[in-house]
Amino acid sequence: MTANAKNDETWRRVAVAVPYLWLFVFFLAPFAIVFKISLADPVIAQPPFTASFDEQGNLAASADSFRFLLTDKLYVITYLRSVLMAGGATILCLALGFPMAYGIARSNPATRNLLLLLIVLPFWISFLLRVYAWMGLMNNHGVINNFLMWLGAIDKPIQFMYTDFAVFVGLAYSYLPFMILPLYASLERMDLSLVEAAQDLGATRTRAFWDVTWPLARAGVIAGCLLVFIPAMGEYVIPYLLGGPESLLIGRVLFDEFFVNRDWPLASAVAIILLLLLVVPIVVLQRYQARDQESAA
Amino acid sequence: MKDFIHIKGISKLFGDFVAVDNVDLEIARGELFSILGGSGCGKTTLLRMLAGFEVPSSGTIEIDGTDVTHQAPYDRPVNMMFQSYAIFPHMDVAKNIAYGLRKEGVAKQEIDKRVGEMLELVQLVDFRNRKPEQLSGGQRQRVALARALIKQPKVLLLDEPLAALDKKLREQTQFELMNIQDELGITFVVVTHDQEEAMTLSSRIAVMNEGRFKQVGTPKEIYEFPHNRFVADFIGTINTFEAVVTVVNEDGIEAYSDEAGETLSALGRQLIEVGQNIEVAVRPEKIFISKEKPEEAGDVCIEGVVDDLGYLGNRSLYRVRLNSGKMVQVSSQNRRRSITRFLEWEDKVWISWRPRSAVVLLD
Repeated sequence: MTANAKNDETWRRVAVAVPYLWLFVFFLAPFAIVFKISLADPVIAQPPFTASFDEQGNLAASADSFRFLLTDKLYVITYLRSVLMAGGATILCLALGFPMAYGIARSNPATRNLLLLLIVLPFWISFLLRVYAWMGLMNNHGVINNFLMWLGAIDKPIQFMYTDFAVFVGLAYSYLPFMILPLYASLERMDLSLVEAAQDLGATRTRAFWDVTWPLARAGVIAGCLLVFIPAMGEYVIPYLLGGPESLLIGRVLFDEFFVNRDWPLASAVAIILLLLLVVPIVVLQRYQARDQESAA
Repeated sequence: MKDFIHIKGISKLFGDFVAVDNVDLEIARGELFSILGGSGCGKTTLLRMLAGFEVPSSGTIEIDGTDVTHQAPYDRPVNMMFQSYAIFPHMDVAKNIAYGLRKEGVAKQEIDKRVGEMLELVQLVDFRNRKPEQLSGGQRQRVALARALIKQPKVLLLDEPLAALDKKLREQTQFELMNIQDELGITFVVVTHDQEEAMTLSSRIAVMNEGRFKQVGTPKEIYEFPHNRFVADFIGTINTFEAVVTVVNEDGIEAYSDEAGETLSALGRQLIEVGQNIEVAVRPEKIFISKEKPEEAGDVCIEGVVDDLGYLGNRSLYRVRLNSGKMVQVSSQNRRRSITRFLEWEDKVWISWRPRSAVVLLD
């Protein structure tokens, strides 16, 4: 009996330890390394940054990279542009995804599974390939321009490619499923008679939506927005392939600092600030949600 | 005024499926009316048409003289209590109850006052600021009731109001519902599959099957004078004997039954002819069981053997096998306390009933 209990206790610890170990090895430790590099100075050497301790064993850290980042307008503007781009893509995904998720959640079970399959289907094709496909659609002799010219709506191609518009479309397209799935999950659980009850008590269809459906889908909306916004913020491939040279986003700056300029400390600082930009709002949001749940309990 | 709610020739089709088939019904003001039937009989569809969630394929609905057939749910003087109660999980009790008045644009003070009155009516004053997930099933039911009543609807629709409660609570809540209805004088239309619930609650009952009303009447009429086999079977248990009509007179009929081996008389109804095949039906509690042949003149008396018996405390159930092999159920009150059994298996017995206790069933 006691041996059994002891055994259980051991297993419980193992079960808890595994994810912590995972997070430590693949998240916390790399983060510590990146943070350490961000406090070093760049040198032309192997590795391309100074050690954290000099020969006397004194701490040799400097916040130069951070200072440079926050004073150079280029970086500040790029951060802002990234927030706007990712935010815009998130809103577009929400606007497109909500009605789709709603439709799927309200369809009959057989159709529902088919529709869900169609949402997930694009994942079976490489992400890179799908972005390339958008190049084929949007370039000057691409499908969209050819079609519009054939219609006679325009007489010379519209410049889609290498603009912010193309990046925007690419982001929204790629991350739409991440919006739809959590929205679907929260809408599907909802009791339809709640909406009917609201209508019965005097709410029009629109009013019932804002009073009942929307607040009850909020968890799904928040999850979907985070799932789109976070990866869109750091997106590198889409702006690189679809965006122009001047449509700089933070993911591309990060890449260029690492591999083109080989300024590892600055690149690390860019990454740290990006992380803070993402983590701070999420923590605030979680606090808010936890308080919400506490007051309910 | 008999036709406070007037349903005229209502039908509802879902594709080829006829959910409600040409139903006519009049309900008086202040009635507690039940629609009783098994699952899929169309009772919920009928209720949803009254609420405005389904549009009838044909026919009209009038409430208090106004045609509401094509009115949206939010325009009707009707409120509904849903089977799942449909309490808004993101609002507390007071907000749930106030919802209908807020949509009406009633002043805040007035809302507070009326919510207070409702909370008192359903005895939830101390639960004003609770969230729905902190409430028991019975409390949720009362929140749903208060929320539906606060707008003082002309008609309150209740979809299986007690189905989600356990047996004890159900009985208690039944009487609460009746008291509230009595106090407010609002017309209640209840949909239920539970015959006992319908019997105790209602002033009148409509028994429904396959989209049609099989009989509409007071609980007593439905139980004592079922019009047809379906109603007789659906409400309680009943013994039926196939018979051929031999005599039709003013009081009733006489019919010979092979199953009973006797001529049975019963209170008749119009439109019965000599030679017609009918069924004569008797409720188990209307049958007397005895060891000796009863002397009562005019009673129907048949000989049989006790095939099975069951002791239920307040009463005993017997299954009596007649000479024809027909089984008859008899229910008898245990009026005297006795340790030994009055009847044993395979005892020879007489069963008897008064002709007035039997009814004629057609179809």
